[in-house]
Amino acid sequence: MSAWLTVWGLLPVLLGGAVITLEVTAGAFALATLIGVTFAILQRLELRPLRFAIATYVDVFRAVPVLTQLFIIYFGLTEIGIRLDPVPSAIIGFGIYGGAYLTEVFRAGIESIHHGQIEAAQMLGMTRLAALRIVILPQAVRVVLPPLGNFAIGLLKDTALASAVAAPELMFQARTLVDKTFLATQIFVTAAAIYLAMSLPLGYLTRLAEARLSRGRR
Amino acid sequence: MASGRTGEDAPAVLVQTVGLTKRFGEIDVLKDIDLSVRVGEKVAIIGPSGSGKTTLLRCVAHLERPTSGYVAIGGERIGDKLVNGRWREMSDREIAGIRAGIGMVFQRFNLFPHLTALENVMLGPTHVLKRSRAEAEPLARGLLRKVGLEHKAADYPERLSGGQQQRVAIARSLAMQPRLMLFDEATSALDPELIGEVLNVMRGLARDGMTMLIVTHEMRFAEDVADRVVFMDHGRIVEEGEPHRLFRSPSHPRTQAFLHAVVDREAMIEAPTS
Repeated sequence: MSAWLTVWGLLPVLLGGAVITLEVTAGAFALATLIGVTFAILQRLELRPLRFAIATYVDVFRAVPVLTQLFIIYFGLTEIGIRLDPVPSAIIGFGIYGGAYLTEVFRAGIESIHHGQIEAAQMLGMTRLAALRIVILPQAVRVVLPPLGNFAIGLLKDTALASAVAAPELMFQARTLVDKTFLATQIFVTAAAIYLAMSLPLGYLTRLAEARLSRGRR
Repeated sequence: MASGRTGEDAPAVLVQTVGLTKRFGEIDVLKDIDLSVRVGEKVAIIGPSGSGKTTLLRCVAHLERPTSGYVAIGGERIGDKLVNGRWREMSDREIAGIRAGIGMVFQRFNLFPHLTALENVMLGPTHVLKRSRAEAEPLARGLLRKVGLEHKAADYPERLSGGQQQRVAIARSLAMQPRLMLFDEATSALDPELIGEVLNVMRGLARDGMTMLIVTHEMRFAEDVADRVVFMDHGRIVEEGEPHRLFRSPSHPRTQAFLHAVVDREAMIEAPTS
């Protein structure tokens, strides 16, 4: 019982780590979404070199473990004089890695919208890019919300890997505390409970957003 | 409206296709089509399925790029421009600029499902013509009134019948104040009892003097509304002429055969027990 009381006293440290976890998750999610949306749209513009470049990015960054990418960003870039702090390294690493996934997710979302929609928009005088942005993307977002929600929850958990580059997120703090207190079970169970407390609302938010965006549809 | 380019009394030519050919793989869908439509003229295009009617309309809108030949709208070629004496492909933005003056009504309506009827009609004016919401909304409501659907302004397409969706789609096109309207089998996807309401809206547009290119299977409507009927088969214009003449005494055997088949079918629908 006294072990749990000790962990209770250490809770602020773990919660501080959870805040960093949320920061990395939010930052990487925003970056990955930006990359995913932009590249998915650019892929539809039928410019061959651009399509090839984006396809190569997706293939490469999906194929290399995110931990390897984090090490390259955090340690490898110092070779060329770029030194990033752990948290920005993690945001960039997860963002670029996630961007490769989300490019595919948004591509599939855009492709699921009937071709007649883009033609109708073009016949209103929109360029292809404007039609994609104004008419197709808002519809595609509905389609990709479930995989996007899954991605966000997965990302939240994967940020534990950022402890490997010394980002002081939840798992980093948990491991540090275990090293000091040897209360492995209590501390990791508490960390698990905090992850759960952060993940569950994400799932709820996704369903809420789906319900909101399905206005006008059954 | 007429620009008087020709210097004659007849209205100027608004749409012209010259040697228009479209090939999909090994198949020639359009073969050497020469067609002119004057300002204010209503031209109905009829013919069997696969005759190239829809492809012709899509080439006029430049949704398909011709394999050879060209389409000119108001004397300006769509898709290509002359730069230093050589024809170059237009940019997407330039083509979009020409399309802004062409309304197109699709067989499947293609309303934007995430927007209400009103928002569908307002989208072109606000995003393309850069009108403010305050300017665009009364215009859009007026157009919904014109097609008899002002009371459905707040409804999403899914809550509208096919006929209502198609009327919203017509209002959406009109919101861009086009000089030409293209109708691609606008009633083919509708239940029979909903066809009349769409045709009535199209009749109203014709009365207002809109230039219309209408691909249709509604022969009576074509006869009533069109100034000229074009019969197509196997990618060619087989025969064209004044509606009463073409429907009553077609000169080409293929036109005769097609019209006989259609008339027989309509007669069967009207007298199913006989």
